[in-house]
This record gives sequence, C-alpha cells and structure tokens, in this order.
Amino acid sequence: MEVKGEMLSTGVALVNAVLGYAVVFIGLALLMTLIIIVGKIMVARTKKSIDKAAATLAATASPAAQSVQAAAPQAEKKLAPGSAGEVKLYDTDPRDAALIMAIVADKLQKPLNELRFVSIKEVK
Amino acid sequence: MNILESLGKLVQESGFAMMFTGDGWKNLVMIIIACVLLYLGIKKQYEPLLMVGIAMGCLLANVSALGGFSEALYHQELWDEFLTEGGAHYHSYGYILANGGLIDILYMGVKAGLYPCLIFIGIGAMTDFGPLISNPKSLLLGAAAQFGVFFAFFGATLLGFNGNEAASIGIIGGADGPTAILTTTKLAPHLLGPIAVAAYSYMALIPMIQPPLMKALTTKEERSVKMEQLRVVSKTEKILFPIIVTIFVVLLLPSTAPLIGCLMFGNLLKESGVTERLSDVAQNALMNIVTLFLGISVGATMVGSNFLSLQTIYIVVLGLIAFSFSTIGGLLVGKLMYKLSGGKINPLIGSAGVSAVPMAARVSQKVGQQENPSNFLLMHAMGPNVAGVIGSAIAAGFLMSVFGG
Repeated sequence: MEVKGEMLSTGVALVNAVLGYAVVFIGLALLMTLIIIVGKIMVARTKKSIDKAAATLAATASPAAQSVQAAAPQAEKKLAPGSAGEVKLYDTDPRDAALIMAIVADKLQKPLNELRFVSIKEVK
Repeated sequence: MNILESLGKLVQESGFAMMFTGDGWKNLVMIIIACVLLYLGIKKQYEPLLMVGIAMGCLLANVSALGGFSEALYHQELWDEFLTEGGAHYHSYGYILANGGLIDILYMGVKAGLYPCLIFIGIGAMTDFGPLISNPKSLLLGAAAQFGVFFAFFGATLLGFNGNEAASIGIIGGADGPTAILTTTKLAPHLLGPIAVAAYSYMALIPMIQPPLMKALTTKEERSVKMEQLRVVSKTEKILFPIIVTIFVVLLLPSTAPLIGCLMFGNLLKESGVTERLSDVAQNALMNIVTLFLGISVGATMVGSNFLSLQTIYIVVLGLIAFSFSTIGGLLVGKLMYKLSGGKINPLIGSAGVSAVPMAARVSQKVGQQENPSNFLLMHAMGPNVAGVIGSAIAAGFLMSVFGG
C-alpha cells in the first residue's frame, strides 16, 4: 500500500506540536470569551425582564390599595432565614399566588428561589 | 472425479489447510487476537458496544480471507488499489462495489468519513453542554487535556513515523474514538486497525490509567475542594451554544467542519425542543446502526499483513503515553486554576478534559469522593469533559489541515 506523508525533522515536528497545542488553546480561549459574553448578556436580559415585571406589578396596584398600604403600620414580622421578603397579596388567595409564582418562574426559565415577588393583585 | 478426489479437494481448499500455507499463519494469529478482543469486550466489558463489533470484524475478515480472494468479506488488496495514486482504480468506489465483499461495502462508510460524523450527531444529541456554558473556563481544561495528542505526535516522529502517521497516532490522546478514526482514515488509513483498537482499549481503561496520575499530581487538600454550585443555564443559551460554536470554530479551522458541524447539529436537535423525534433517532436508532457498521468495518482492517508489525507495538505504547500526558496536561492546568482561583477549583476536574464522555468525569467524581465523601464533582467535571470533545475535534482539525495536503 502507498503510504502517504513525509518524514519530519525533529525541529519541524516540535514546531508543529507546539503550534497545534497553541491553536487548540487559543481557539478554546476565544470560544470561552465568546460564551462568557453571551452568558453575561443573557443574565442581564433576564434580570432586566424581572425588574420590568416587578415594576409593572407595582404600577398596577390601585391607588386605594397603595394608600391603605402606606397608612397601615408596618408589621415588624421576623422573616425566615434566607427569605427574600414577604409577598403582599391583594384580593388573591395564597393558593392562586403560589400558582402564579410557579408559572412566572417557568416562563422566565429561572428557579423560584432566584426570583423576588413584591406583591400580587387581582385586576378586576 | 471420485469421492476421494472430491474430499481431497475440499480439504485442500478449506480454511484449515490454508492456515498452514503461505501467510496463512498471520490470519491464524489475528483470529486469536480477535478472540482475545471478544473476551475483553464481553467478559471485561471494555467499551463493549464497539469492541465486540471490532473483534467480530477482525475475526470475519481473517477467517474469510483463508477461503481465498473470492470468499473474503474484506479485501485489503482492493483498498490498496483504491489508495494508489495514479492507479487505474484510484478512489474508485465503483470498483470496490463491483469486486468487494460485504465488509468492503460497509467499509466505504468509514473511508468516506461518514460513520464518525454520524456518530458525532448522536453524541451531540446525547450531550448536555449546560455545565460547560455555566462555567466556560472549563474550555481551558478541555484544551489543556489535548497535551497528550501533541506529545505523542512528537514522540511518534522520533520513532520514525512520518507526519501523517504521527498525527494519527497522536490523536489517540484525544480519547475520542470517532475523531481518531476519521483522522486516521484521512491521514494514514493503513494504521486504522491498530489505532482504533488502541483508542477504544485505552478509553475503556481510563478508570485504571487516570487515578494513579490524579493522586500523584494533586495534594489531599486540592482533591478535597468543594466547588460552588453552577448557575442555571437558560434554554436560549443552550440553543445559541451549538450555533455559536459551529460558526466560530468552523470559521477558525474549516477542517473541523465535519466533526464540529455534526456534533453541534446533534446538540441543536436536542436543545431546540422542536425536533424531538429527530433527536430521539440520532441518540438511539442512528447511533446504534452506525456503531454496528463502524465496529465491524474498522475491525476488518485488522488483517495480518497490516497488523502484525513492530509499528502496532509502537502505536499501543504511544497511545498509552498520549492518554497519560493528556491527563497530566488537564491536571496541571487544573492545579493552576486552583491557585489562581484561591482554592475554589478542584484540580481533579482537569483530568476530565480528555473527551471520553462521561467516563473521565465519573473518574474525577470517584477520586474526589475518596477524599471527601460529601463532595460531588460530577457536574463540574462534565464541563471539561464535553470541552474535551470540542478540543479533540479542533486538534484533529489542525492535524488534518497541516498534514491532509
């Protein structure tokens, strides 16, 4: 059988070996940079959409509810360790609130423990 | 013709008689080697899905060769003519179809580089790149673990192999069977049998090769490091990943297109969420069918005239060196990352940069748990592990680009 290829001197072989390893390293390092950048963009976008959703929720709360909320004395409840706070529910029972939170987490593709719900209000 | 003459002719033309005439003894030795490989595949379960096929291919090629040219299932002579530049049948698949046996026809898929690429579609469809996307630094470990490829390449040139042969031997260190087969088919097809056997044997031996090196090169304190939980990767990132990798890597090294393209295509089928049926076929039916054809046709190239040589012994030794130095490369960069991160990265995940998925990652997990039973390194090691698949494809692309002519 005809054998393809030519003999390499030690120097040429060494240069090829070093060059090959460098190409793999540089190629994957550049790919790493690209993935880090895309990752940062995606994380920032997700954060932005969460902030936007929270702001929309706050804005849709009725003025009456807001005034009641402002007038009511702030209860100094002790929160469970690791809690992100308390969700304020307006005309919403806890079961519906739990469902809504689960749906939002699913739609945003984020685990529930990474989201913070400020309030949930039924729009009538 | 009387009955005695008929019986005499039958005995003379039988494979048993041919075993002891001319080069028949070489086929006999190969039959014994095939039986040893069958034992390793079935009893010891060394990569059985491919090893059993390779061993059976070797057995069939050598047994049928004893029956003469017309009875053989695989004809090395035809493939020699196929590869002779300027010859009447240079690169003539029609000539192979007209004159070849069953395995010759199956082997056309190897020769055309079809099977390794189809297997890569299946691997892509089975791989979760999530751990790599959530910790992109894993890519550096995948790159570091290609050290053995280039170390063995250099060693092979010192032992008298030419550039194409050395490149094919070096790629054993990538610990990626399909990549090794594709590279060897393109660069040094006469070495395909021993390289495929060495690659798959060492992949099966990873749980024995890696732990001593991992323990020798790391301290107890390093091995006990518990790594932080990985961030959750969104669906969009998982869909974007194969597209970005394909565009970037193929533009960087066009010779990686068959491997990276197929790997990422398979992964896109899995992650897109709209091609579940295709993803299922790629992971199961396609993968199984191609594995079957690949094993038997690669095994058939192990004919006595090619396999029984000093070169085979060199390849087996260099393959072990390639695997060991790939592990060492990954571990050393893992140690560097441990230092630079202030002890947050466990260097054991570096050894998983050799792309034997998921075996190498499991070894990292196992060695880590020996030091600290509550340590779970598997998901952290999967990052470098899948990065190794991309790394070995880039290494193969480089070698094919330089030596493929």
